Amino acid sequence: MTSTDAAQLVPFMMRRPGAPFPPPEYEEFRTKPGLVKAALPSGETVWLVTRHEEVRAVLTDPRISSNPANEGFPRPSRTVGAPSADEVPGWFVSLDPPDHNRFRKALIPEFTVRRIRSLRPAVEEIVDRAIDQMLARGDSAELVEDFSLTVPSLVISSLLGVPKVDRDFFEEKTKVLVTLTSTDEQRDKASEHLLRYINRLITIKSKRPGDDLISRLLQGGLLTPQELSGVAMLLLIAGHETTANNISLGVVTLLQQKQWIGDERTIEELLRYHSVADLVALRVAVEDVEIGGQLVRKGEGIVPLVAGANHDPEMFERPHEFDPSRPATGHVAFGYGVHQCLGQNLVRLEMEVAYRGLFGRIPTLEVAVPLEELQFKYDGVLFGLHALPVRW
Amino acid sequence: MARITVDTGKCIGSAQCVLAAPDVFDQDDDGFVMVLDDNPSGEAETTARTARGICPAQAITVHD
Ligand code: HEM
Ligand code: SF4
Repeated sequence: MTSTDAAQLVPFMMRRPGAPFPPPEYEEFRTKPGLVKAALPSGETVWLVTRHEEVRAVLTDPRISSNPANEGFPRPSRTVGAPSADEVPGWFVSLDPPDHNRFRKALIPEFTVRRIRSLRPAVEEIVDRAIDQMLARGDSAELVEDFSLTVPSLVISSLLGVPKVDRDFFEEKTKVLVTLTSTDEQRDKASEHLLRYINRLITIKSKRPGDDLISRLLQGGLLTPQELSGVAMLLLIAGHETTANNISLGVVTLLQQKQWIGDERTIEELLRYHSVADLVALRVAVEDVEIGGQLVRKGEGIVPLVAGANHDPEMFERPHEFDPSRPATGHVAFGYGVHQCLGQNLVRLEMEVAYRGLFGRIPTLEVAVPLEELQFKYDGVLFGLHALPVRW
Repeated sequence: MARITVDTGKCIGSAQCVLAAPDVFDQDDDGFVMVLDDNPSGEAETTARTARGICPAQAITVHD
Protein backbone atom coordinates (compact mmCIF):
# COMPACT_ATOMS: atom_id res chain seq x y z
CA MET A 1 0.00 0.00 0.00
CA THR A 2 1.47 3.37 -1.03
CA SER A 3 1.04 6.51 1.03
CA THR A 4 -1.33 8.11 -1.50
CA ASP A 5 -3.61 5.11 -1.19
CA ALA A 6 -3.45 5.37 2.58
CA ALA A 7 -4.45 9.04 2.42
CA GLN A 8 -7.68 8.10 0.64
CA LEU A 9 -8.66 5.59 3.28
CA VAL A 10 -10.87 6.50 6.20
CA PRO A 11 -8.86 6.75 9.39
CA PHE A 12 -9.82 4.40 12.17
CA MET A 13 -10.99 4.50 15.02
CA MET A 14 -13.91 6.95 14.94
CA ARG A 15 -15.39 8.83 17.86
CA ARG A 16 -18.91 8.62 19.12
CA PRO A 17 -20.53 12.05 18.96
CA GLY A 18 -21.26 12.68 22.63
CA ALA A 19 -24.10 10.20 22.65
CA PRO A 20 -24.15 6.47 23.10
CA PHE A 21 -24.69 5.99 19.38
CA PRO A 22 -22.00 4.51 17.20
CA PRO A 23 -19.91 6.96 15.19
CA PRO A 24 -22.04 8.65 12.48
CA GLU A 25 -19.60 7.47 9.81
CA TYR A 26 -20.96 3.95 10.24
CA GLU A 27 -24.26 5.09 8.73
CA GLU A 28 -22.54 6.20 5.59
CA PHE A 29 -20.46 3.00 5.44
CA ARG A 30 -23.58 0.91 5.72
CA THR A 31 -25.03 2.43 2.55
CA LYS A 32 -21.91 1.62 0.50
CA PRO A 33 -21.73 -1.64 -1.40
CA GLY A 34 -19.16 -4.13 -0.12
CA LEU A 35 -16.99 -3.32 2.87
CA VAL A 36 -15.05 -0.17 3.76
CA LYS A 37 -11.27 -0.09 3.82
CA ALA A 38 -9.80 1.88 6.70
CA ALA A 39 -6.32 2.75 7.93
CA LEU A 40 -5.28 2.07 11.51
CA PRO A 41 -2.99 4.56 13.28
CA SER A 42 -0.16 2.12 12.54
CA GLY A 43 -0.82 2.52 8.81
CA GLU A 44 -2.12 -1.05 8.55
CA THR A 45 -5.36 -1.37 6.60
CA VAL A 46 -8.46 -3.28 7.67
CA TRP A 47 -11.94 -3.98 6.33
CA LEU A 48 -14.76 -2.44 8.38
CA VAL A 49 -18.08 -4.28 8.56
CA THR A 50 -21.13 -2.30 9.65
CA ARG A 51 -24.21 -4.23 8.47
CA HIS A 52 -25.85 -6.73 10.81
CA GLU A 53 -26.04 -9.53 8.28
CA GLU A 54 -22.40 -9.21 7.30
CA VAL A 55 -21.13 -8.90 10.88
CA ARG A 56 -22.82 -12.22 11.55
CA ALA A 57 -21.37 -13.67 8.35
CA VAL A 58 -17.82 -12.66 9.36
CA LEU A 59 -18.22 -14.07 12.86
CA THR A 60 -19.38 -17.48 11.59
CA ASP A 61 -17.06 -18.01 8.62
CA PRO A 62 -14.46 -20.77 9.18
CA ARG A 63 -12.09 -19.01 6.73
CA ILE A 64 -11.90 -16.08 9.13
CA SER A 65 -9.69 -16.42 12.19
CA SER A 66 -9.52 -15.00 15.73
CA ASN A 67 -5.88 -15.95 16.12
CA PRO A 68 -3.55 -12.91 16.41
CA ALA A 69 -0.61 -15.17 15.50
CA ASN A 70 -1.90 -15.12 11.90
CA GLU A 71 -0.28 -12.71 9.48
CA GLY A 72 -2.35 -9.56 9.01
CA PHE A 73 -4.30 -9.71 12.29
CA PRO A 74 -5.38 -6.12 13.15
CA ARG A 75 -3.49 -4.30 15.90
CA PRO A 76 -5.32 -1.00 16.40
CA SER A 77 -2.70 0.19 18.90
CA ARG A 78 -0.10 -1.09 21.32
CA THR A 79 -2.57 -1.54 24.13
CA VAL A 80 -5.48 -2.56 21.94
CA GLY A 81 -5.05 -5.99 20.51
CA ALA A 82 -5.32 -9.40 21.94
CA PRO A 83 -2.49 -11.65 23.06
CA SER A 84 -2.35 -14.97 21.26
CA ALA A 85 -2.76 -18.29 23.04
CA ASP A 86 0.96 -18.86 22.36
CA GLU A 87 1.76 -15.85 24.51
CA VAL A 88 -0.82 -16.68 27.20
CA PRO A 89 -1.81 -20.38 27.31
CA GLY A 90 -5.54 -20.58 28.02
CA TRP A 91 -6.38 -17.32 26.25
CA PHE A 92 -8.99 -19.19 24.24
CA VAL A 93 -10.78 -16.18 22.78
CA SER A 94 -7.75 -16.07 20.46
CA LEU A 95 -8.03 -19.70 19.35
CA ASP A 96 -9.95 -21.03 16.36
CA PRO A 97 -11.86 -24.30 16.29
CA PRO A 98 -10.95 -27.08 16.82
CA ASP A 99 -8.37 -25.79 19.40
CA HIS A 100 -11.03 -23.52 20.88
CA ASN A 101 -13.54 -26.36 21.46
CA ARG A 102 -11.83 -27.96 24.45
CA PHE A 103 -11.83 -24.69 26.39
CA ARG A 104 -15.41 -23.80 25.59
CA LYS A 105 -16.53 -27.32 26.54
CA ALA A 106 -14.67 -27.11 29.85
CA LEU A 107 -16.18 -23.72 30.66
CA ILE A 108 -19.83 -23.88 29.62
CA PRO A 109 -21.06 -25.98 32.55
CA GLU A 110 -19.95 -23.01 34.71
CA PHE A 111 -22.16 -20.58 32.79
CA THR A 112 -25.43 -22.45 32.17
CA VAL A 113 -28.68 -20.61 32.85
CA ARG A 114 -29.20 -22.79 35.90
CA ARG A 115 -25.73 -22.19 37.31
CA ILE A 116 -26.01 -18.45 36.78
CA ARG A 117 -29.42 -18.39 38.51
CA SER A 118 -27.86 -20.04 41.52
CA LEU A 119 -25.44 -17.11 41.76
CA ARG A 120 -28.24 -14.60 42.31
CA PRO A 121 -28.03 -14.48 46.12
CA ALA A 122 -24.25 -13.93 45.94
CA VAL A 123 -24.66 -11.13 43.38
CA GLU A 124 -27.43 -9.54 45.46
CA GLU A 125 -25.22 -9.57 48.52
CA ILE A 126 -22.38 -7.91 46.60
CA VAL A 127 -24.67 -5.21 45.17
CA ASP A 128 -26.29 -4.56 48.56
CA ARG A 129 -22.92 -4.19 50.27
CA ALA A 130 -21.70 -1.74 47.61
CA ILE A 131 -24.87 0.35 48.04
CA ASP A 132 -24.59 0.21 51.86
CA GLN A 133 -21.08 1.62 51.58
CA MET A 134 -22.16 4.39 49.22
CA LEU A 135 -25.04 5.38 51.48
CA ALA A 136 -22.83 5.31 54.56
CA ARG A 137 -20.46 7.83 53.00
CA GLY A 138 -23.05 10.57 52.44
CA ASP A 139 -25.41 11.80 49.76
CA SER A 140 -23.22 11.61 46.66
CA ALA A 141 -20.81 9.20 44.97
CA GLU A 142 -18.71 8.60 41.91
CA LEU A 143 -20.62 5.65 40.58
CA VAL A 144 -17.97 4.17 38.24
CA GLU A 145 -15.40 3.72 40.98
CA ASP A 146 -17.76 3.17 43.91
CA PHE A 147 -20.17 0.78 42.26
CA SER A 148 -19.85 -0.15 38.59
CA LEU A 149 -16.26 -1.40 38.78
CA THR A 150 -16.65 -2.86 42.26
CA VAL A 151 -19.59 -5.15 41.51
CA PRO A 152 -18.19 -7.15 38.55
CA SER A 153 -14.79 -7.46 40.20
CA LEU A 154 -16.34 -8.95 43.34
CA VAL A 155 -18.62 -11.19 41.28
CA ILE A 156 -15.70 -12.61 39.31
CA SER A 157 -13.63 -13.14 42.43
CA SER A 158 -16.52 -14.98 44.03
CA LEU A 159 -16.97 -17.10 40.90
CA LEU A 160 -13.28 -18.01 40.77
CA GLY A 161 -13.24 -18.85 44.48
CA VAL A 162 -11.07 -15.98 45.72
CA PRO A 163 -11.39 -16.09 49.55
CA LYS A 164 -13.31 -13.15 51.03
CA VAL A 165 -10.24 -11.85 52.87
CA ASP A 166 -8.41 -11.38 49.54
CA ARG A 167 -11.21 -9.66 47.66
CA ASP A 168 -10.12 -6.14 48.53
CA PHE A 169 -6.68 -6.86 47.13
CA PHE A 170 -8.25 -8.39 44.04
CA GLU A 171 -10.59 -5.46 43.53
CA GLU A 172 -7.83 -2.90 43.99
CA LYS A 173 -5.58 -4.57 41.40
CA THR A 174 -8.32 -5.12 38.84
CA LYS A 175 -9.30 -1.44 39.09
CA VAL A 176 -5.75 -0.32 38.36
CA LEU A 177 -5.96 -2.22 35.06
CA VAL A 178 -8.91 -0.20 33.81
CA THR A 179 -8.49 3.22 35.37
CA LEU A 180 -7.65 6.07 33.01
CA THR A 181 -5.11 7.65 35.33
CA SER A 182 -3.05 4.46 35.80
CA THR A 183 0.34 4.57 34.09
CA ASP A 184 1.48 1.70 31.87
CA GLU A 185 3.92 0.74 34.58
CA GLN A 186 1.18 0.59 37.23
CA ARG A 187 -0.94 -1.51 34.90
CA ASP A 188 1.85 -3.97 34.16
CA LYS A 189 2.58 -4.31 37.85
CA ALA A 190 -1.07 -4.88 38.79
CA SER A 191 -1.39 -7.46 36.04
CA GLU A 192 1.74 -9.24 37.29
CA HIS A 193 0.40 -9.26 40.88
CA LEU A 194 -2.93 -10.66 39.75
CA LEU A 195 -1.32 -13.40 37.69
CA ARG A 196 0.91 -14.36 40.59
CA TYR A 197 -2.11 -14.36 42.91
CA ILE A 198 -4.14 -16.54 40.53
CA ASN A 199 -1.30 -19.03 40.20
CA ARG A 200 -1.07 -19.28 43.97
CA LEU A 201 -4.83 -19.73 44.18
CA ILE A 202 -4.64 -22.58 41.66
CA THR A 203 -1.96 -24.32 43.75
CA ILE A 204 -4.07 -23.94 46.89
CA LYS A 205 -7.25 -25.19 45.18
CA SER A 206 -5.46 -28.23 43.80
CA LYS A 207 -4.64 -29.25 47.38
CA ARG A 208 -7.86 -28.10 49.03
CA PRO A 209 -10.68 -27.90 46.48
CA GLY A 210 -13.70 -25.74 47.22
CA ASP A 211 -17.09 -25.12 45.60
CA ASP A 212 -15.82 -22.83 42.83
CA LEU A 213 -14.92 -22.64 39.17
CA ILE A 214 -11.17 -23.11 39.59
CA SER A 215 -11.55 -26.19 41.80
CA ARG A 216 -14.07 -27.81 39.46
CA LEU A 217 -11.95 -27.17 36.38
CA LEU A 218 -8.88 -28.59 38.10
CA GLN A 219 -10.83 -31.72 38.96
CA GLY A 220 -12.36 -31.92 35.49
CA GLY A 221 -8.88 -32.46 34.11
CA LEU A 222 -9.62 -30.96 30.67
CA LEU A 223 -7.22 -28.07 31.19
CA THR A 224 -3.71 -27.89 32.61
CA PRO A 225 -3.09 -25.65 35.64
CA GLN A 226 -1.11 -23.32 33.36
CA GLU A 227 -4.01 -23.05 30.91
CA LEU A 228 -6.37 -22.52 33.82
CA SER A 229 -4.36 -19.53 34.93
CA GLY A 230 -4.78 -17.96 31.45
CA VAL A 231 -8.48 -18.78 31.52
CA ALA A 232 -8.90 -17.10 34.92
CA MET A 233 -7.10 -13.96 33.66
CA LEU A 234 -9.30 -13.97 30.54
CA LEU A 235 -12.49 -14.19 32.61
CA LEU A 236 -11.27 -11.38 34.79
CA ILE A 237 -10.31 -9.06 31.95
CA ALA A 238 -13.21 -9.93 29.64
CA GLY A 239 -15.78 -9.52 32.38
CA HIS A 240 -14.70 -6.45 34.31
CA GLU A 241 -14.67 -3.19 32.38
CA THR A 242 -17.24 -4.46 29.86
CA THR A 243 -19.79 -5.05 32.59
CA ALA A 244 -18.86 -1.87 34.49
CA ASN A 245 -19.33 0.29 31.40
CA ASN A 246 -22.70 -1.25 30.71
CA ILE A 247 -23.87 -0.68 34.28
CA SER A 248 -22.84 3.01 34.28
CA LEU A 249 -24.19 3.84 30.82
CA GLY A 250 -27.40 2.05 31.72
CA VAL A 251 -27.85 4.20 34.82
CA VAL A 252 -27.58 7.37 32.70
CA THR A 253 -29.94 6.07 30.03
CA LEU A 254 -32.52 4.74 32.48
CA LEU A 255 -32.48 7.96 34.53
CA GLN A 256 -33.13 9.91 31.33
CA GLN A 257 -36.07 7.63 30.62
CA LYS A 258 -37.29 8.23 34.17
CA GLN A 259 -38.37 4.63 34.33
CA TRP A 260 -36.92 1.31 35.19
CA ILE A 261 -39.02 -1.57 34.00
CA GLY A 262 -37.05 -4.43 35.42
CA ASP A 263 -37.71 -6.89 32.66
CA GLU A 264 -35.50 -8.80 30.26
CA ARG A 265 -36.35 -6.57 27.32
CA THR A 266 -34.95 -3.49 29.04
CA ILE A 267 -31.64 -5.26 29.63
CA GLU A 268 -31.40 -6.49 26.02
CA GLU A 269 -32.21 -3.01 24.74
CA LEU A 270 -29.51 -1.47 26.94
CA LEU A 271 -26.99 -3.98 25.60
CA ARG A 272 -27.97 -3.26 22.01
CA TYR A 273 -28.20 0.50 22.42
CA HIS A 274 -24.79 1.02 24.03
CA SER A 275 -22.89 -1.83 22.33
CA VAL A 276 -19.82 -1.14 24.45
CA ALA A 277 -17.66 -3.86 22.87
CA ASP A 278 -17.77 -2.37 19.36
CA LEU A 279 -14.11 -3.05 18.59
CA VAL A 280 -13.57 -6.26 20.51
CA ALA A 281 -14.07 -8.95 17.90
CA LEU A 282 -11.01 -8.52 15.65
CA ARG A 283 -10.41 -11.02 12.84
CA VAL A 284 -8.19 -11.92 9.89
CA ALA A 285 -8.99 -13.87 6.70
CA VAL A 286 -6.90 -17.04 6.44
CA GLU A 287 -8.24 -17.79 2.95
CA ASP A 288 -9.74 -15.55 0.28
CA VAL A 289 -13.38 -14.98 1.20
CA GLU A 290 -16.26 -12.92 -0.13
CA ILE A 291 -18.25 -10.92 2.41
CA GLY A 292 -21.23 -8.87 1.26
CA GLY A 293 -19.94 -8.89 -2.31
CA GLN A 294 -16.47 -7.80 -1.22
CA LEU A 295 -13.45 -9.96 -1.90
CA VAL A 296 -11.29 -10.11 1.21
CA ARG A 297 -7.87 -11.59 0.55
CA LYS A 298 -6.03 -14.02 2.74
CA GLY A 299 -4.03 -12.06 5.32
CA GLU A 300 -6.32 -9.00 5.39
CA GLY A 301 -7.66 -7.80 8.71
CA ILE A 302 -11.39 -7.47 9.39
CA VAL A 303 -13.19 -5.47 12.08
CA PRO A 304 -16.83 -6.49 12.49
CA LEU A 305 -18.32 -3.51 14.31
CA VAL A 306 -20.98 -4.75 16.68
CA ALA A 307 -22.28 -1.23 17.37
CA GLY A 308 -22.69 -0.82 13.62
CA ALA A 309 -24.67 -4.06 13.39
CA ASN A 310 -26.78 -3.18 16.42
CA HIS A 311 -27.74 0.17 14.91
CA ASP A 312 -28.47 -1.20 11.44
CA PRO A 313 -31.98 0.04 10.54
CA GLU A 314 -32.50 -3.09 8.41
CA MET A 315 -32.42 -5.07 11.65
CA PHE A 316 -33.69 -2.60 14.24
CA GLU A 317 -36.17 0.14 13.38
CA ARG A 318 -35.32 3.62 14.70
CA PRO A 319 -32.00 2.23 15.94
CA HIS A 320 -30.91 5.41 17.77
CA GLU A 321 -34.03 5.39 19.88
CA PHE A 322 -33.82 3.65 23.23
CA ASP A 323 -37.01 1.63 23.29
CA PRO A 324 -37.29 -0.90 26.11
CA SER A 325 -40.48 -2.29 24.62
CA ARG A 326 -38.75 -3.54 21.46
CA PRO A 327 -37.59 -7.13 21.34
CA ALA A 328 -33.86 -6.48 20.90
CA THR A 329 -33.08 -10.20 20.65
CA GLY A 330 -30.74 -10.80 17.78
CA HIS A 331 -28.36 -8.01 18.76
CA VAL A 332 -24.69 -8.88 18.57
CA ALA A 333 -23.47 -6.91 21.62
CA PHE A 334 -21.91 -10.19 22.80
CA GLY A 335 -20.61 -11.13 19.38
CA TYR A 336 -21.81 -14.13 17.37
CA GLY A 337 -20.48 -17.51 16.34
CA VAL A 338 -18.35 -19.83 18.47
CA HIS A 339 -16.77 -16.99 20.48
CA GLN A 340 -20.05 -15.40 21.53
CA CYS A 341 -19.57 -14.10 25.04
CA LEU A 342 -19.29 -16.84 27.61
CA GLY A 343 -20.28 -14.47 30.41
CA GLN A 344 -23.41 -13.04 28.81
CA ASN A 345 -25.93 -14.59 31.18
CA LEU A 346 -23.89 -13.47 34.14
CA VAL A 347 -23.91 -9.93 32.72
CA ARG A 348 -27.71 -10.01 32.40
CA LEU A 349 -27.98 -11.06 36.04
CA GLU A 350 -25.51 -8.43 37.26
CA MET A 351 -27.23 -5.63 35.35
CA GLU A 352 -30.68 -6.56 36.61
CA VAL A 353 -29.59 -6.89 40.24
CA ALA A 354 -27.57 -3.66 40.00
CA TYR A 355 -30.50 -1.56 38.69
CA ARG A 356 -33.00 -3.17 41.02
CA GLY A 357 -30.70 -2.33 43.92
CA LEU A 358 -29.81 1.21 42.85
CA PHE A 359 -33.27 2.40 41.78
CA GLY A 360 -35.07 0.40 44.46
CA ARG A 361 -32.96 1.52 47.38
CA ILE A 362 -32.09 5.04 46.17
CA PRO A 363 -35.29 6.33 44.52
CA THR A 364 -33.95 9.90 44.38
CA LEU A 365 -30.75 8.90 42.55
CA GLU A 366 -29.71 11.45 39.90
CA VAL A 367 -26.69 12.39 37.80
CA ALA A 368 -24.93 15.24 39.60
CA VAL A 369 -23.56 17.09 36.55
CA PRO A 370 -25.16 18.25 33.28
CA LEU A 371 -25.09 15.40 30.76
CA GLU A 372 -22.84 17.41 28.40
CA GLU A 373 -20.14 17.33 31.05
CA LEU A 374 -20.00 13.57 31.31
CA GLN A 375 -16.66 12.14 30.24
CA PHE A 376 -17.24 9.33 27.77
CA LYS A 377 -14.57 6.86 26.73
CA TYR A 378 -14.36 7.90 23.11
CA ASP A 379 -10.98 6.53 22.24
CA GLY A 380 -10.72 3.17 23.94
CA VAL A 381 -11.67 -0.24 22.61
CA LEU A 382 -14.61 -0.24 24.97
CA PHE A 383 -17.19 2.52 25.05
CA GLY A 384 -18.17 3.73 28.50
CA LEU A 385 -17.84 6.50 31.06
CA HIS A 386 -14.65 7.54 32.80
CA ALA A 387 -16.64 8.84 35.75
CA LEU A 388 -20.27 9.24 36.75
CA PRO A 389 -20.93 11.70 39.60
CA VAL A 390 -24.31 10.96 41.20
CA ARG A 391 -26.25 12.27 44.21
CA TRP A 392 -29.47 11.42 46.03
CA MET B 1 -46.46 -27.52 14.03
CA ALA B 2 -42.80 -27.77 13.14
CA ARG B 3 -40.20 -30.40 13.89
CA ILE B 4 -37.08 -29.24 15.74
CA THR B 5 -33.65 -30.84 15.56
CA VAL B 6 -30.36 -29.67 17.04
CA ASP B 7 -26.73 -30.39 16.26
CA THR B 8 -25.09 -30.74 19.67
CA GLY B 9 -21.71 -31.01 17.94
CA LYS B 10 -22.06 -27.38 16.88
CA CYS B 11 -23.66 -26.09 20.10
CA ILE B 12 -21.45 -23.77 22.18
CA GLY B 13 -23.76 -23.64 25.20
CA SER B 14 -24.66 -19.96 24.89
CA ALA B 15 -28.17 -20.64 26.22
CA GLN B 16 -29.73 -18.17 23.81
CA CYS B 17 -32.31 -20.82 22.90
CA VAL B 18 -33.14 -21.51 26.55
CA LEU B 19 -33.80 -17.82 27.16
CA ALA B 20 -35.80 -17.32 23.97
CA ALA B 21 -37.81 -20.56 24.04
CA PRO B 22 -37.75 -22.08 27.53
CA ASP B 23 -40.61 -24.45 26.69
CA VAL B 24 -38.70 -25.93 23.77
CA PHE B 25 -35.03 -25.95 24.82
CA ASP B 26 -32.98 -26.62 27.93
CA GLN B 27 -29.32 -27.22 28.72
CA ASP B 28 -27.94 -30.51 30.02
CA ASP B 29 -25.44 -30.56 32.89
CA ASP B 30 -22.58 -30.11 30.46
CA GLY B 31 -24.21 -26.94 29.14
CA PHE B 32 -25.21 -28.33 25.73
CA VAL B 33 -28.64 -27.85 24.20
CA MET B 34 -31.40 -30.35 24.96
CA VAL B 35 -34.76 -30.37 23.16
CA LEU B 36 -37.74 -30.49 25.53
CA ASP B 37 -40.45 -30.31 22.87
CA ASP B 38 -39.48 -31.41 19.37
CA ASN B 39 -42.88 -30.66 17.89
CA PRO B 40 -43.87 -27.25 19.23
CA SER B 41 -46.94 -25.43 18.04
CA GLY B 42 -48.48 -22.00 18.59
CA GLU B 43 -46.48 -19.63 20.79
CA ALA B 44 -43.83 -22.28 21.47
CA GLU B 45 -43.27 -22.71 17.74
CA THR B 46 -42.80 -18.96 17.31
CA THR B 47 -40.24 -18.84 20.12
CA ALA B 48 -38.44 -21.86 18.66
CA ARG B 49 -38.07 -19.99 15.36
CA THR B 50 -36.67 -16.96 17.20
CA ALA B 51 -34.17 -19.28 18.90
CA ARG B 52 -33.15 -20.72 15.54
CA GLY B 53 -32.52 -17.18 14.28
CA ILE B 54 -30.34 -16.09 17.19
CA CYS B 55 -28.39 -19.29 17.95
CA PRO B 56 -24.78 -18.13 17.54
CA ALA B 57 -23.65 -21.59 16.45
CA GLN B 58 -26.50 -22.12 13.95
CA ALA B 59 -27.12 -25.44 15.64
CA ILE B 60 -30.94 -25.40 15.49
CA THR B 61 -33.02 -26.53 12.52
CA VAL B 62 -36.76 -26.02 12.15
CA HIS B 63 -38.25 -28.50 9.64
CA ASP B 64 -41.50 -27.21 8.15
C1 HEM C 1 -21.56 -6.29 29.19
C2 HEM C 1 -20.51 -7.02 29.36
C3 HEM C 1 -19.82 -7.82 28.28
C4 HEM C 1 -19.77 -7.60 26.93
C5 HEM C 1 -20.40 -6.46 26.13
C6 HEM C 1 -18.95 -8.67 26.38
C7 HEM C 1 -18.68 -8.80 25.03
C8 HEM C 1 -18.02 -9.88 24.47
C9 HEM C 1 -17.80 -10.05 23.05
C10 HEM C 1 -18.24 -9.10 21.95
C11 HEM C 1 -17.15 -11.23 22.89
C12 HEM C 1 -16.74 -11.87 21.57
C13 HEM C 1 -15.29 -11.63 21.24
C14 HEM C 1 -14.91 -12.21 19.89
O1 HEM C 1 -15.75 -12.73 19.15
O2 HEM C 1 -13.71 -12.11 19.53
C15 HEM C 1 -16.93 -11.79 24.21
C16 HEM C 1 -16.28 -12.98 24.47
C17 HEM C 1 -16.01 -13.44 25.74
N1 HEM C 1 -16.47 -12.92 26.94
FE1 HEM C 1 -17.61 -11.29 27.16
N2 HEM C 1 -18.56 -9.51 27.38
C18 HEM C 1 -19.07 -9.03 28.57
C19 HEM C 1 -18.90 -9.59 29.83
C20 HEM C 1 -18.26 -10.77 30.11
C21 HEM C 1 -18.17 -11.41 31.40
C22 HEM C 1 -18.84 -10.92 32.68
C23 HEM C 1 -17.37 -12.50 31.25
C24 HEM C 1 -16.94 -13.55 32.23
C25 HEM C 1 -17.24 -13.71 33.43
C26 HEM C 1 -16.99 -12.56 29.85
C27 HEM C 1 -16.20 -13.55 29.31
C28 HEM C 1 -15.97 -13.70 27.96
C29 HEM C 1 -15.16 -14.78 27.41
C30 HEM C 1 -14.44 -15.84 28.20
C31 HEM C 1 -15.17 -14.61 26.02
C32 HEM C 1 -14.50 -15.50 24.98
C33 HEM C 1 -15.42 -16.61 24.61
C34 HEM C 1 -14.87 -17.54 23.56
O3 HEM C 1 -13.86 -17.21 22.91
O4 HEM C 1 -15.42 -18.63 23.41
N3 HEM C 1 -17.55 -11.50 29.19
N4 HEM C 1 -17.49 -10.95 25.16
S1 SF4 D 1 -28.52 -21.10 21.30
FE1 SF4 D 1 -27.41 -22.53 19.99
S2 SF4 D 1 -25.34 -22.59 20.83
FE2 SF4 D 1 -26.63 -21.65 22.37
S3 SF4 D 1 -27.22 -23.35 23.71
FE3 SF4 D 1 -28.83 -23.11 22.17
S4 SF4 D 1 -28.25 -24.52 20.54
FE4 SF4 D 1 -26.44 -24.25 21.80
